Formats: sequence, structure tokens, C-alpha cells
Amino acid sequence: MACVYQKSTVIPSLSVAENVFLNRQDRRHGRLPLISWRSVRRRARELLRAWEVDVDVEQPAERLTVEQRQLVEIARALSHGSRFIILDEPTAQLDGQAIERLFERMRALRGQGVTFLFISHHLEEVYEVCDTVSVLRDARHVVTAPVAELGERDLVAAMTGAATGLIAATADRPAPAADAAPALRVDGLGLPGLFDDVSFAVRPGEIVGLAGAGGSGKMAVAECVVGLRRAATGTIEIAGTRPPPGSVAAALAAGVGFVPQDRHRQGLVPALSIAENVTMTIPERLGRYGFIGPRRRGALGARAIDELTIKASGSEQPVSALSGGNQQKVVMARALAGDPKALVLSQPTAGVDVRAKETLLAAAENAARAGAGVLIVSDDLDDLRRCDRVLVMFKGSVVGERPSGWRDHDLIAAMEGIAT
Amino acid sequence: MSATAGLRIARLRDLALVPAILGMMVVGWIVSPAFLHWTNLQNVLQQQSEVSLLVLAEALVLLCGRMDLSLESTFGLAPGIAAWLVLAPGVAHGLGLLPGGWSVPVTLAVGVLIGVVNALFIIRFGLNGFIVTLGMLIVLRGLLTGVSGGQTFFNLPPSMIYLGNAVWLGLPASIWICLILYALAIVVTGYTRFGRALYAIGGNPDAARAAGIRVDRVLWTTLAVAGLLAALGGLLLTGRLASVAAAQGNGAIFTVFAAAVIGGVALSGGRGTIFGAFTGILLLYLIQNVLTLGGVPAQWIGALNGAIILIALIISRITSGQAQN
Repeated sequence: MACVYQKSTVIPSLSVAENVFLNRQDRRHGRLPLISWRSVRRRARELLRAWEVDVDVEQPAERLTVEQRQLVEIARALSHGSRFIILDEPTAQLDGQAIERLFERMRALRGQGVTFLFISHHLEEVYEVCDTVSVLRDARHVVTAPVAELGERDLVAAMTGAATGLIAATADRPAPAADAAPALRVDGLGLPGLFDDVSFAVRPGEIVGLAGAGGSGKMAVAECVVGLRRAATGTIEIAGTRPPPGSVAAALAAGVGFVPQDRHRQGLVPALSIAENVTMTIPERLGRYGFIGPRRRGALGARAIDELTIKASGSEQPVSALSGGNQQKVVMARALAGDPKALVLSQPTAGVDVRAKETLLAAAENAARAGAGVLIVSDDLDDLRRCDRVLVMFKGSVVGERPSGWRDHDLIAAMEGIAT
Repeated sequence: MSATAGLRIARLRDLALVPAILGMMVVGWIVSPAFLHWTNLQNVLQQQSEVSLLVLAEALVLLCGRMDLSLESTFGLAPGIAAWLVLAPGVAHGLGLLPGGWSVPVTLAVGVLIGVVNALFIIRFGLNGFIVTLGMLIVLRGLLTGVSGGQTFFNLPPSMIYLGNAVWLGLPASIWICLILYALAIVVTGYTRFGRALYAIGGNPDAARAAGIRVDRVLWTTLAVAGLLAALGGLLLTGRLASVAAAQGNGAIFTVFAAAVIGGVALSGGRGTIFGAFTGILLLYLIQNVLTLGGVPAQWIGALNGAIILIALIISRITSGQAQN
């Protein structure tokens, strides 16, 4: 049996090759069964080539991108020769092509008699690869049925507990004022090897999507905007001010709120309470002279639990005790805590269930209604449906823009670099 | 970046302190021509051989993400217990229970036993490793003071003196033992599944468990081996000085930690190499030797020992180019 966990089980300081063959490294033949690194590297290279992961297997795994890391974990689990493989949200960090490769591999292994337990929130994936589906909701088993007999509407109903459509279109948001000064303006931004000459503006009250496949550079653009990276060229303007590049503190002070791509790595301090995580970016609002008022903090935590319907026993519960969807809501609450003028959301609904997804996107919409400019950086089409317009990036540049009302296949084609 | 370039960088990081060591030798030669004499270099190697076994033990424990402060007390207590059991009553505080030939096996067994007791507290009972070994450091030091009455054991049996005094093929045996054990540890940590398991556990224990590594068993083994190495180091020093002082090893743990970190072993676990740890302790002793040859008055050596650690830390930060953690 093998398992791909939702939480990363890669060891950052060890090489990629060693991570793939951890505790089953090839050994030399002969009297001293020492590890043959040459053989470990060769086999890792072969395995990753089959998965089209183009990385140097000798570099430490900490240098991998989130997506590469996920692929390495999947490739590792599927190379064990196991008869039963559990995949827990394996596609959360993958782009369309990588998901397709994963599914092809799963079908091939299924043909050889391997059994899969596939845990996912994505309906289309369930219909694509699964034979039987079980729905769990609020820690209870709801239904088990062959996929062919369960319609999409029924499945959604089973998951949400209500017979409603998945994505209710919301048209009640007023159109952003055309002449308002932009909440976020990016001009000629470039970082060699990642992206080049990216320019766009987000007006207050507007929701703009930034779509693109893995490797398109969209995440790097978002990280530059929020100060996690420093762009080589170009300027970033937030509500009229230009914070010094490469400083998260300066970006926050200028009015940025953001949800980072990987909540486990950058989003949360698991051992701290909900209230502490939510208020981490706004200590100055909690008290004067650097002191922190616990009552004020508790109140803000309780407000976040209320507004984002976080399922928790109270604002003092540690975040590590929450489910993935509720953790992501805490990250969102933190992004919103400073009443941002520009809200940057990177894959805001990765690995969360349908209901949490609704709540998270509704929160983004509310922020826009309150006058924030919202940038949603994602390759999940459901995240992008509420955007007023979607910018598409491919191989480091913005290649197109689609107004609200785009068709799925058109947007996917643009993200994959196929001209239409 | 090509694969070979990546490998080259990894190897260079391993050798980060080598230029510093070479530079120190040039400085030493300028300070005093006697520095480069073979007898002086041999002296440096022999002086560091005992403590370097403590560094080796600590590096192994650090690699798997733990700490063992009690090693410095094991360094004194293990030979102390052996001397206590074999020496005739009356001469020192001996009991005379065992013949002299037992002293070496008893020393090593005491080291392993202390490692096992540490493991029992830390792994079996889940107590905080730092505080457990801090407590053990104090208890073991107190035990040595208790059994020796605060005095020095001498008139030790010949088997106990042998390793610290013998000369094999023109080099002191303790240098051979130190070099052989380091070479062995480099091979084990680099080329065996057990050795790689140390890195995996130090890097991410959950992931190591998920990969089928028996985390607890590896930790038990490592702590026991660390105790064994500390006892052996103590035995070498006992042999060289032909005695066991009640304070043997007292305060050594700070030098040991400093050498490991200077050599690039991370206190947070999973990072660093055994070779790096060796260059760390070697650099510390070279600097100390150069200062002694330079005629620094003895009453200033204490203050300088602290300064040496800081200087070596700065040198390793510069040559490795990496932030330490």
C-alpha cells in the first residue's frame, strides 16, 4: 500500500533523488551493501522523466516549486509497485496537463489491477477517473454509489446538504467606476526566467482574474505584488503609493491583503490560535506601544469565525485542529483583517470542499463590494467565474484578456497556449 | 543549472572550512615557525582527538534533530566508574571489585547505558530531550564527584592507559582511532540506509515515518552510539593523562556544539556532514594552538577560548556563504 498525503512528506534538505527512493535506496552488489548514489540518481531521473518533471534530481527538494514537489510525491507513491494507493487531494497543486498525466497513469495502473482511493473535492475529476464514489459531509457518511448512477446535481446536493446549483452567478455587484484611480497597478514588471513585461491595473471594486497553467509565471507575479519576491524591472503601485519592492511589511502597510499559495508553508502558524493567526498582520490595531490586547484580539477572531463560518470551538482553538477548508478560511480572514485596498488571492480554494469554496469566494466578492480591488490568481475555473475580467498568462507574459462570460474551453485553450 | 554543477556546489559546501584551515596554517607559520613542525601538528591532532569523538557523537545526534548535552559528563563518568570498580580500596576511592582487564569494557558499557537511559526518557516517555540531557549532565557529573570523593583517580590499570598512549605506525593511537571512526561515520551517514535515515528524521520525522523508516529504533541506536563514542573519547583522554579527574569533560559541551555548528551541522537537524563537523573541531584547535604559540598569557586563554568560537563561527559563515541556523 502507498499513500500520497495532502500534507507534504518531502524532506527539504535531502536531494530530489533521495526523496524519491527514501529508505529504499539502491545498494551496490558485493560484500559491503553501500548505497549506490549513481544508481539512485539514474532511476530517479528515469522516473521523473516519465512524469515529465524537468528538475535536477541532485538539488535539495526545498528548491522545488509546490507543483514539482507534488508531482515528485505522486511519482514516488506510484513507483512502489503497490496494489492499493491512496491519493489525498493529489491534484490540488497541479495544472491541467499534469492532472491529465496523472489520470492516464492511474488508468494504466488500474488496468494492471491496482486499486485507488481517490480523495477529491473536484467533481469533474471524480467523474473522470472514479468507478464508485462515497460522500462524507460534516464527519458523516452520506452516500455511496457507482459514479455512473449518480448525476452531478445529486452529487453536489449530497456534498452541500442542499439541492442547489454549485456556482450561483451573482450579478448584484455594482460595476466598478471606470474613472477611479486603480487600487493596484503593475507596470512593465519583469523577473528573468519567470515572467516579462507584465502590466495591468485593478480598480477599486473590481475583481480581476490572473489565469495560467503551472509555469506561466502567474504565481511569481502575485508574489512580487505582495512583496514575497522582488521583481527585476517595473513598478507596483498600491492605491497610489509605491511600496519599496521585495518587502512584505511595506506591501501590507500600503494596503495589500493576501492569501499565499501554500497555506501549510506560508499561510499559518499551526500551533497558534485562530485569533492569533487572523490578527498576525495587524498588531498595531490590537493595542498601543507594541502591547497586544487579548480581548480585542479575541473579538477579531470571533468576528472572523462568524463572518467566514469557520467551524471551530472558539477563537482560541489552535489552527492545527481545523480541517483544510476551515484553515483556508483563517488565511482568508487574515488577508481581510487589515481592510485591504488591494486583495491578492493565490489559489484561494486549493484543496477545500465545495461549501468552503463558496464562502471563500463570497468573502472576496464582499471585499470588492466594500471597495477593494481583488486579484484572483488561479487555474481553477470556479475561482475565476466571478471575475469581471480574466487575464491569461502563458510562459511569462500576458497573452490575452477575457471579459466575464467566457467559455471554459476557450479559457483553458488560452491557458495552454493554444491560439483561438 | 546542470546536474554536475549542482553536485560541485554540494561538494564545495562540504569543504567550506578547508580554505579557512589552510589560511590558519599560514597565519600559524607567520606567528611561529614551530607551528608547521610535524610534532606540533601531531600534537594538535592528538589534543583534538578526544574531544573530536564528542563532536562526532553530537553531530550524529544533531543530524537526527535531537541534542545530547550529557555527553560531556559521560566523557568523565564512564572511565571514572571503571576506575572506581577496578582500583584497590585505600589508594583512591576504589572498590577493587573487578580485575583491571575489565576497565575498558566497563567504560564502554557505561557509555552505552547512559545513551540508553537518555533514549528511554526522550523516546519511550516522550520527555523534552534538551532538558532530559541537561538533567543527565548534572546528575552524571554529580555521580562522578560522588564516587571519586572529588579527587582524581590514578594508578590506573595498564589496559586503561594503553589506547591514550600507544603509538601505531608512528602516529599516536588516538589519532588513528579518531580518523578511522570519522571515516567510518562519513561512509555510514553518506552511503547506508541507516545513515540517510538520520537525515530524513532530522529533516521531517513524519515524512521519514511515512517512508517506512523505524524512527524510534534509529533514535535509540543513535543515542546509544553517541554515549559509546563519548565514553571512548573519555577513555583516550584518561589514557593520555593516566588519570581521571572529577572534572574530566566539564564544560566541553560548549566547544562541542560550537564545533558542530562551525562545521555546518544545523542545530535544527537534517543538515550538515560528519566531515564538516571534523573540520569544525580541527579549526578550533588550530586557532587555539596558534594563540598559544603566539605567547598569549595563560590567564587570558579562558576569555580567548570564547573569542575563538566566535571567530571560527564568523570564518565559517564567510566561507560557506550560508546563514546558520
